[in-house]
Amino acid sequence: MTTTAQFLPAPPLLSPVAHNWKLALLAGLVVSVIAIVLFPARLSVSVVGAMVALVAAAFAVNAYRRRYYGGLLVAPAIAVLFVMNIFPLLWSLGLSFFAYQSNNQSIRFVGLNNYIKVLTNDIAAPANWDALINTGMFVVFTVALQMITGFLLAMLFAKQFPLRKYLLILVLTPMMLSVVASGVFFSYYYDPTFGILSYVMGEITGNQFILMDSKVGAVAGIVFTDAWMWAPFVMLLVLAGLVSVPKYLYEAAAIDRVSKARQFWTITFPYIRGLLMLALLFRTIEAFKLYDLVYILIRGGQDTKTIAYLITEIANEQNKTSEGAALSYVILFMVIVLTNLYLYLANRRNQGA
Amino acid sequence: MATLAEKFGLRKASGVGEAGWGHTLIVALVSLIYFLPVLMIIFTAFKPSAQALSVPPTLSPTSLFGLIPDQFVFTPTLENFGQVFNRVMVSGNAAEPTGFDVFFFNSFFISSVSVLLALVIGTLASYGFSRYPLKGNDTYLFIILTTRMLPAIVVIIPIILMFRTVGLSGSYVGIIMLYTAFNLAFTIWMMKSFFDELSYDVEDAARIDGSSEIKVFLKICLPQVVAGLAATFVFGLILTWNEFLFALLLTGVDTRTVPVAMNQAVSSGGRGTDWTLLASIETLFLIPVFLVTFFLQDHLLRGVTFGTVKR
Repeated sequence: MTTTAQFLPAPPLLSPVAHNWKLALLAGLVVSVIAIVLFPARLSVSVVGAMVALVAAAFAVNAYRRRYYGGLLVAPAIAVLFVMNIFPLLWSLGLSFFAYQSNNQSIRFVGLNNYIKVLTNDIAAPANWDALINTGMFVVFTVALQMITGFLLAMLFAKQFPLRKYLLILVLTPMMLSVVASGVFFSYYYDPTFGILSYVMGEITGNQFILMDSKVGAVAGIVFTDAWMWAPFVMLLVLAGLVSVPKYLYEAAAIDRVSKARQFWTITFPYIRGLLMLALLFRTIEAFKLYDLVYILIRGGQDTKTIAYLITEIANEQNKTSEGAALSYVILFMVIVLTNLYLYLANRRNQGA
Repeated sequence: MATLAEKFGLRKASGVGEAGWGHTLIVALVSLIYFLPVLMIIFTAFKPSAQALSVPPTLSPTSLFGLIPDQFVFTPTLENFGQVFNRVMVSGNAAEPTGFDVFFFNSFFISSVSVLLALVIGTLASYGFSRYPLKGNDTYLFIILTTRMLPAIVVIIPIILMFRTVGLSGSYVGIIMLYTAFNLAFTIWMMKSFFDELSYDVEDAARIDGSSEIKVFLKICLPQVVAGLAATFVFGLILTWNEFLFALLLTGVDTRTVPVAMNQAVSSGGRGTDWTLLASIETLFLIPVFLVTFFLQDHLLRGVTFGTVKR
């Protein structure tokens, strides 16, 4: 299908023909960046808007001339993502090279200083590294617990049995709650005086039980709440894999007297591997951004602040917008490296299989 | 001949198989325990405010014929649900409308429009990525994934500035466009894997018979991924329905969504959290997305299966 696009040769990068979208994109980006740096916000927005229209037009002409349907189909999505995501992302990337405070309009170019500050702990000393370690810890614990719980739940639901549909929706419900409600209610369940957990523990041990009194307890509380909410997501993906395994494979294995454990590793696992990886990818990305539960349950106390918490604090409460941006790009870089490594490994395993 | 154990579903069935009421009993127990925190929220919605924070916590609206001791039983009431829409805001005054009818409409309108819009744009794009790969296809896909990696707080400042300058803050258009973009990454990744799974044979046969590219997409490919569309719709809806940070900073009084209004309603007045109010708002708020998920459940399972298993 791609061969239909080959009768029109791609123009050299700098030739000013109407279908040269690469040039348009390059020019658009350069002009946009210059506009953001030099002009006031209102003007630069219209300049960027014009650039987006230019790129879009070049895309459309190019697609039309080459019967290049890929470009035409992808263009609306790219346009929306560019305006609402990539452009703000580039803007905040730009901000990370400036000293900018959102409360007063002063702005000053400082180059890599923000990054140097963040990386050498100039601003928030060991807090950054603590938050980094905390984030890593939360990612490992929440994702592991979600994967295990989700996997076990999926195993339970893999068979057909009476009332399955009605029980499944019960397990899916935690995912549908808003974080505000579930977070606030879990802080009630964990409450030392009114909470059910402390009541039960108090009845058993005879002493007052305060979960959030230690770092271990606080982390356990946050991890449990997050895993409880999102294990159903993992479950749904794994379950989809489990129900798709053709029955005859198990029947053949049973005739050959293959052990249950071996059946699992050779028949079931290959079917759910891809889905487990997809669940792992999306949950890890989300876990890196953990903020709301840490805030609602304990306001970052007991040394539980995560990187996202720190960024929010820096960008919001201390009005150091650009330092927050610099910090988040350090994180983005780490997540991108991890994700690339992960996708590379996933692809290699798929090709090997 | 079925043995007694088989009759009650106690036989060890592996992977996909049939199981009976015995299995239902085990799963019901696990599901109920898992559902318990949600059930407590729903029960709190029916508690009189005086019993919301009792020690020991009240757990059940009925004593189940004397099975549960009286101290754990509360007397159910529907009063809280009325309070969601009309309540005394300033003590001494009469009850006044809280505007929650509008907030519910806003949530409904904004979520459904943006999820549907993302579904249309994202499906077109994913079809493009799948069938007419661009140069650097994987790079585009990865950049799209990157948009979901940064904490919302990082992009929110430029977006606030941008919305203010072009006059979009507090409007439906702004927040809908933002949520559309917010949903696109997931929609594209998900739908692309569905299109990748389709066999090309039918499409090529249709092309040879003279079908146009548009007809191939609409008449052949799209009907095969209906299940995937349903699955993507549900996931997108759940995420958008409960989104808080963007809604907090970018919606105005008229366009406020329920999560934001809920947060304000329960923490206003400095009297601490209003538990029964929070619970009744959340219970009402849960119903639509619960029903949608329930009715699309079969699609959800089949859909995800179809899309992502065999690469």
